[in-house]
Amino acid sequence: MQQPAIQVRNLRKNFQRRSGFRKKSELWAVDNVSFSVAQGETYGLLGPNGSGKSSLIRILSTLLIADSGYVEMLGFTLPEQADEVRRIIGRVSVDAAFYKKLSARENLLYTALLYGQNAREAEGRVMQILKQLGMENAKFSTPLEEMSRGMQQKISIARALMINPPLLLLDEPTTGLDPKSRRDVQSFLEDLQAREGTTILLTTHDMAEAERLCARIGFLAHGKLVAEGTATQLMQQAGAATLDDAFIRLTGEELAEKEMAMVEN
Amino acid sequence: MEATLRQTWAFLFRGWHITRRYIGWVVVFNFYALVTSATVALIGVAEKNYQLTLTLVVGALLWNYLSWLYQEIAMSIAYERWEGTLEYTFMAPVSRAVHLLGVSLYSLLNSIVTSVIVLVGLMLFTDLNLRGANLLGVLVVLAVSTVAFVGLGLFAAVFPVMSAERGAEATHIFQGSLLLVSGVYYPIEVLPAWLQPLSKISPATYTLSACRKLFGVGNSASTAEHLAGAPLSAVSHELLVLALMGAILLPLGLVVFVRIEAWAKKTGKLKRTG
Repeated sequence: MQQPAIQVRNLRKNFQRRSGFRKKSELWAVDNVSFSVAQGETYGLLGPNGSGKSSLIRILSTLLIADSGYVEMLGFTLPEQADEVRRIIGRVSVDAAFYKKLSARENLLYTALLYGQNAREAEGRVMQILKQLGMENAKFSTPLEEMSRGMQQKISIARALMINPPLLLLDEPTTGLDPKSRRDVQSFLEDLQAREGTTILLTTHDMAEAERLCARIGFLAHGKLVAEGTATQLMQQAGAATLDDAFIRLTGEELAEKEMAMVEN
Repeated sequence: MEATLRQTWAFLFRGWHITRRYIGWVVVFNFYALVTSATVALIGVAEKNYQLTLTLVVGALLWNYLSWLYQEIAMSIAYERWEGTLEYTFMAPVSRAVHLLGVSLYSLLNSIVTSVIVLVGLMLFTDLNLRGANLLGVLVVLAVSTVAFVGLGLFAAVFPVMSAERGAEATHIFQGSLLLVSGVYYPIEVLPAWLQPLSKISPATYTLSACRKLFGVGNSASTAEHLAGAPLSAVSHELLVLALMGAILLPLGLVVFVRIEAWAKKTGKLKRTG
């Protein structure tokens, strides 16, 4: 039997917040979460803001160290083998995170060099990826800050893929994109998964996106993984007609309402 | 090895392009460095005292070099927080030593360029004549003190790792304290007695003391036409102290940085932005 690409067992992460003089409050961002992702699988983590999706991705990206639990990625454990893990992951976060005054080309060449790659070879690969993302006519000498959010996010995906990682961590990659850009990105990810067999861990709060892209989905609420399965299994388990309803029934939370409340606060 | 060289080059490549894109601010900062240095040096000109002018010129020049070097390294993490790229740099498979070496190399190049601009500018404002100064000795002292200042910069760079909100402020407080206690423009003896011990642990104190001797400042044989710069052997004590400081501060700075990075990853301080 093939070893899973990602194994997470009993993972916990607690943040302490000072809420007054000498007063501390605790927040379990990730609370005893276990799941595994098979090689070549696209696994979705669904949950509202504050449910622990980003903390989980940040732990897997070696940017956050868990309090307890076990994480293994393609045979490397965290946090002990963080250096090895960094070589096998590509990450796209909700914000594009570029040097905004630099052009797309400068940003991408910097990343290629940072990963010890030959800049010219990496550039060729990037052009190929951007072409697939429908950006062949983009002006790469334009500063990133002058590009639309959709274009920035596509370049962010190209950055993650230019190192050809077997594991891709996508933290809400289509949030804030217009429908056309969102569709471009989703089609590209489907194609990538089919063509390269890349293992993808995707966090999103877009039910349709999760249903379209993910072989299996986990529902996260208050840092806990409350349910897991295929979209059909989750709907059956909840006795719901849609994934949206299944989420509400299984987590007791209304995704959209929660999002609105977070925005208002 | 090839990959390490590329990774080091990545930080020089990034630094160059950021400088290019922010060229307006670079001009402003260099102009400000030149004007503040000239303002200080002109105090000596007004006093018609060449020794005082030279003391101030050497102070201004060296402080520009050392403070730029320190500041660029110390603020490198804060800049990444402002840009929002900190997490991407920290999740790249690049060792912290290579990362900080790349940052330090670019900071060094920046500091040299600024120092040359200030030197040329000061020549326009004063009758600066460096004939007789031991310039080679000055370069040796600067090379040795650079290592210590890179170490100090690494120490200070942990502040923005520890706190997104207050870290950058702390690096400036530290820099201001160095300016105060190191005898940049005045002898350290004029400081309050309780502050003077701090000057002993500042590498800038020894750099300035050594360079002033090598320029011939305080030497009665020095005239406006010909300086009487001391030989390198005359500053062996300062060189030894600076070398020791560098040997301690550089590796210690790196160790402290790596420890604080691990702490930041445990406490979630390594946020995207600040």
